Amino acid sequence: MTTVDDRTDRATGLRASAHDADNPRASARQKIVRPYGDTTGDGMVQLSFTLPVPNDSRAEGAALQLAGKMGLDPAMVVHAKGMGPSFTFFVVYGRVNHLVDLSTVEVVEREYPLLAAREVNLAIRQVLRRKLVVLGACIGTDAHTVGIDAILNVKGFAGEKGLEYYREIKVVNLGAQVLVPDLVARARAEKADAILVSQVVTQKDAHLHNTRELASAVRAASWPRPGRPLLVVGGPRFEPVAAAQLGVDRVFGRGTTPGEVASYLAYALRSGWDR
Amino acid sequence: MSEPKLGLDPRVVAEARRLAAVAAAPVIELARTHTTVSVERATLRLAGLSGATDAAFSGEASEGGTQPWVNTVVEAVREQVGLERGVALPVWHALLSGGHADLHELAAKTAAGSVRFALPTGRDADRAARAARRAVATGLSQVDRRRAERDRMVQRLGDPPQPWIYLIVATGDIHEDIPQAQAAVREGADVVAVIRSTGQSLLDYVPEGATRTGFAGTYATQENFRLMRAALDDVSREVGRYVRLTNYASGLCMPEIAVLAGLERLDMMLNDCMYGIIFRDINPRRTFVDQRFSRMVHARAGIVINTGEDNYLTTADAVEAAHTVVVSQLLNERFAHEAGLADGQLGLGHAFEINPALPDSLRLELAHAQLVRELFPDAPLKYMPPTKHMTGNVFAGYLLDGFFNLVGAMTGQGILLVGMMTEGIVTPFLSDRDLALENVRYVLGAAGNLAEDFRPAPDGFVATRARQVLSEAVELLSRIAEDGLLPAIAEGTFGITKRPADGGKGLDGVVRHADGYYNPAVDLLEEGISR
Repeated sequence: MTTVDDRTDRATGLRASAHDADNPRASARQKIVRPYGDTTGDGMVQLSFTLPVPNDSRAEGAALQLAGKMGLDPAMVVHAKGMGPSFTFFVVYGRVNHLVDLSTVEVVEREYPLLAAREVNLAIRQVLRRKLVVLGACIGTDAHTVGIDAILNVKGFAGEKGLEYYREIKVVNLGAQVLVPDLVARARAEKADAILVSQVVTQKDAHLHNTRELASAVRAASWPRPGRPLLVVGGPRFEPVAAAQLGVDRVFGRGTTPGEVASYLAYALRSGWDR
Repeated sequence: MSEPKLGLDPRVVAEARRLAAVAAAPVIELARTHTTVSVERATLRLAGLSGATDAAFSGEASEGGTQPWVNTVVEAVREQVGLERGVALPVWHALLSGGHADLHELAAKTAAGSVRFALPTGRDADRAARAARRAVATGLSQVDRRRAERDRMVQRLGDPPQPWIYLIVATGDIHEDIPQAQAAVREGADVVAVIRSTGQSLLDYVPEGATRTGFAGTYATQENFRLMRAALDDVSREVGRYVRLTNYASGLCMPEIAVLAGLERLDMMLNDCMYGIIFRDINPRRTFVDQRFSRMVHARAGIVINTGEDNYLTTADAVEAAHTVVVSQLLNERFAHEAGLADGQLGLGHAFEINPALPDSLRLELAHAQLVRELFPDAPLKYMPPTKHMTGNVFAGYLLDGFFNLVGAMTGQGILLVGMMTEGIVTPFLSDRDLALENVRYVLGAAGNLAEDFRPAPDGFVATRARQVLSEAVELLSRIAEDGLLPAIAEGTFGITKRPADGGKGLDGVVRHADGYYNPAVDLLEEGISR
């Protein structure tokens, strides 16, 4: 612990020269950093939280105890406000003793970058020079269109607009209980670039059987455009790692937002999917 | 309620209303000559048919074919005799001639497949019609009693001054919603809205019972309505003001939800003429037929409707599309008046959604908000906070919400939806709600009467911009009046989404009236009588 602290102080602490701190090249070399309040190395942070306690004489002490356990030392409660009889809101400033080791920061690698709608539209225009056609459906006996609608409808999900909102995407939503042969026929007729299927019902692994059936039907069919449409499935009980096993290109699990699906489609386009 | 400040030309305003009426006329005619499965189900609900084949089920537990009794009966009538003449005659004919104790027994036997529906003629038809009318009238008098009850409570407990502070709860679990709603009231909410579960608008049935498993919201069911209303009545007495309850009469079951709202004394309902079409891809014909019935019920129940124009500004640019908001408001007003709603029941929606990086964005917001205020002087306008430009920078978001509150105060908005600095990022924390209310209280306290001193210069930026938006609205309305509203929706005029008249969900639930169509609910609502 002391060793690390010593190293930090050499790298980022108060003794570091003002010249170094202002020099982006010098800071790029730093491996260990701590929060910056108003002085290099001061470690100052602000945070706010609510405790389920009345705003009485013990409240501030309770907040300081939490702050201490979070590594703020010293900590200062600058604001405490009772919200009703049993909650208190705090704003706390303090110095954290934690260090950030930049060399050990792991970047979570989604295989695709998250893009804004206009970036997705741009990617489609650049690669296809026409609209991207997306066909969506719930297949088999599944009548739960909540998932596919959340991804496709303009209304969207979690504050993100659905794929219909994207100017360069043409969405055809077939709704519920679509049979696989009908889905494939419609995908051919619409010259679909991607097929999005949502599955909620999981009785007797129906979602997995349906998905495999779809995957083999799509592979067996002949397509108006070179290659075959991209196959994307989603639903709360799918494991994103199971894509290859199911014969599809991408699996999305619970909580997926339209922006993630759109970004993935743009990424797949740019990397030239199986066409 | 408000004095004119923008120098709007009354002839232009009158022309806008005339064009809205022209554009609405064919759609109203469509609604008067068609029924839907949901209108028929709503009629049965008014007549007292409630419950489901399985005593309690929500959207997620319905895989085994359980369904509400009203769906069972309407589907059976549809298969056996069709819906062209309504369900009332075949249902009450079966009830009177089949020896069934009541509608519930008839429904149970229908589910078992032992009821044959037929269209009665002559004296049988008269008898069935009279019995149906009596049954539906009983439901409507319950709605009337609920309305009178609200009036009494408002008088006894007191009506909060406008703007009403509107807060949202959305846990998915009615038993979690209730303490949150009561806490929100104690913190200052005048209106509590319970957001519905994601996708309920696309269910072609109303779930049943108290539900605890919604996604990002709580199912609208009659039992949930009843529980929440009772809880808000309790807290209304505690805080000494009548607290209003809001839910959503939208989606495929709009007429039925409107009936349930009337029966359980909800006070405000989201009910837009085009929202479902544009944002949920519900068929336009289905929507217009359903909304006329639901609005007649709302009119009768004394419910304030909230329209959804704010949504257009979340998809289209808030400056470029400002006039589409006004056009939609004028259409919503026309449809509402035709269905019997009074001006005081029109919570026409609009929003503070202009990009804050734009020069003069606050002045543009003032112009739009004041324009709407002056066009609809007697409507309790519902003003929605920024959502599109809430970036996750909660500090900047808090400031933006403050400016929203300021514009709301300066332009005399009737219903102020409280903006959260965490909008679109996380479900608001208890403290976020508290901070948001502190923001509202500060602004209303500091600037609540600023409307009195707000006098835009006659040819200044604000007045000029307002007149420009109005003239763009008139221009668009004249195009819609000429081409028709359905084609305009098909071309993507609103919210940039194209919705053809024969596309979308629920079209197969629309049925054209045949000669002799009979629906006692429609008759009683149109006549405004109770027997």
